[in-house]
Amino acid sequence: MIDVKNLVRTFKDGPIETRVLKGINFTATDGEFIAIMGRSGAGKSTLLYQISLLDEPTSGEIRISGKEAHLMSEHEKMLFRLSKFGYVFQDYALLPELTALENVTLPLFMQGSSLEEAEAKASAALQRVGLGTRLGNLPSQLSGGEQQRVSVSRAIAHKPSILFADEPTANLDRESSDRVIDIFKELHRNGQTIIMVTHEDEYARIAGRIVKLDDGRIISDSRV
Amino acid sequence: MFSIINIRVGFYLALRQIRRASLWTTGLIVFVMLLTFLNLVVVTGILVGLIEGINNSYRTEYTGDVILSALTTKNYIEDTPSVIAFVKSLPQVTMLTERYQTGGTIEANYLTRTSDTEKPNATSAQVIGIDPVAEDAFTGLASHVIEGHYLAEGDYDQILVGNYLLAQYAFGELPGLTPLKNVVPGTKVRLTINGAVREVVVKGFVKTKIDALAMSIFMPASELRTLMGRTDQNVMQIAIRLQPGSDPIAFKNLLLTSGIGEKAKVQTFADSIPNGVADIKKTFAMLGNGFSSIGLVVAAITIFIVIFINAITRRKFIGILKGIGISGEAIEISYIFQSLLYAALGSGIGLLVLYGFLVPTVAAHPIDFPFSDGILVAPIDGTAVRILLLVLTTVLAGYLPSRMIVRKNTLDSILGRN
Repeated sequence: MIDVKNLVRTFKDGPIETRVLKGINFTATDGEFIAIMGRSGAGKSTLLYQISLLDEPTSGEIRISGKEAHLMSEHEKMLFRLSKFGYVFQDYALLPELTALENVTLPLFMQGSSLEEAEAKASAALQRVGLGTRLGNLPSQLSGGEQQRVSVSRAIAHKPSILFADEPTANLDRESSDRVIDIFKELHRNGQTIIMVTHEDEYARIAGRIVKLDDGRIISDSRV
Repeated sequence: MFSIINIRVGFYLALRQIRRASLWTTGLIVFVMLLTFLNLVVVTGILVGLIEGINNSYRTEYTGDVILSALTTKNYIEDTPSVIAFVKSLPQVTMLTERYQTGGTIEANYLTRTSDTEKPNATSAQVIGIDPVAEDAFTGLASHVIEGHYLAEGDYDQILVGNYLLAQYAFGELPGLTPLKNVVPGTKVRLTINGAVREVVVKGFVKTKIDALAMSIFMPASELRTLMGRTDQNVMQIAIRLQPGSDPIAFKNLLLTSGIGEKAKVQTFADSIPNGVADIKKTFAMLGNGFSSIGLVVAAITIFIVIFINAITRRKFIGILKGIGISGEAIEISYIFQSLLYAALGSGIGLLVLYGFLVPTVAAHPIDFPFSDGILVAPIDGTAVRILLLVLTTVLAGYLPSRMIVRKNTLDSILGRN
């Protein structure tokens, strides 16, 4: 489903060039749960941003479901992100002026559903992560764990092909982290493709495959 | 850009952002919009109203809606009684007043002057003979008497003097006009008309902002006719007031087609006002528009800054929105809707303040300018154009900064990178 070849990402700061990804080759198939690991600065989040089409590679190819994503226009990428991908960010990335229900409703509404339909789907997604009673709460009225579950709901409500998660448990306590990972496990059992960046071995082992990066290169790719 | 989905998502976002925004911030922006709206309408309205006040004064205090005056080749309106009879027979006419007019000289120190070389305390003036009752009913002249008393029917050898003829009320000595000094109600003065001299008493002073009247002397028509040596009934002016809603131009044309134009010069109140006044009105309207445009630019900059700060502080969230697949256009539209709301609220409140308070208040209590009782002119069509200008400017000022932020790299926005 995802095929990455010779992926390079270089950041420029004036005359200084920093090559963060140094020719990554990587393939992910449907239904996989992949954990990307590595020490800080290894390039794991940068890799996630490239394959989730949030950033532009400096060079290399990214094919998603046979489509050449590295050649897509910004508009095509936006449509792809909207319909095919789901995102869970480390800091939840919820919109502060929207309630939990509205945060989850928004991308569904953008996809063309009627407001009632979008809200019904969003409500079901929130109930699925145990937040059925917090629909009308603003993010500021929710705990960190609850906010991350809203973020997960937003990411899965439209049934994406791939769920991308960037250190989803980094800001959570143990109990909340377990809860989020439990949701991921259940999603994976139901066939959801998940690519998750994490630095926690315990959660990485839950994934079926662990890809380790160091200094912008894949140093190991193993199945658990 | 303006696809249905983008518009509805933009509206969805805008509505929630506005609903959960700080009331103080929203209130402040709306207040700025309100002030801008009033600046747009009121500055021009007052400047134009200042001149419109002159027009109104001419109409109410002097000419009426239509005025007949002697032809340039004559000293009076020929066959005045039949002209008056015809005019009175027309259903549009509510009232009229007749005036005699001639030039004269008024001298105040003729009793105390000791030698022929002493400069006389005298001035030339237009002398207007009126029917005191009819004139007051028509122009409210009695209400302009600021010292002394108004003329009564049957007054003999008594006059009213216009304020420009009096040193204490005049602007100063204008070329050809030397105001009278030391004259108070009750002072005896000598009036000379066509060589006929009569000693008269100043009964009162008239203060008006119409130059033609401020430089005039008023006396009962019967007295002036005697001084002028007139035995006929032909007058110099007939001012005509029409029924409310009647069109003065149509009435003027009616009189002309009826042959009145052969006996008198027929003018609407607008025709009778000196040409320069219309030019000044246009000039003031241009000036008002110039000042207003500055206000518009200030409002645009205010909205730009407000939306820019709002967008830049929300850059991360804009990045997240784009990241999860919300189109940049929908985000931009959400800011356009917010700007539209500010402009609509500001204009809406402005309309209420303008037509509910300012226009009626200034109409009831005109602004006392030195040469006019200024009103606030705010025609609906002109106001609508200004609202449209304000809305367009605001929308542009809201769109541009949001576009600047939305166009930034999605990931950079999410991560807060420059």
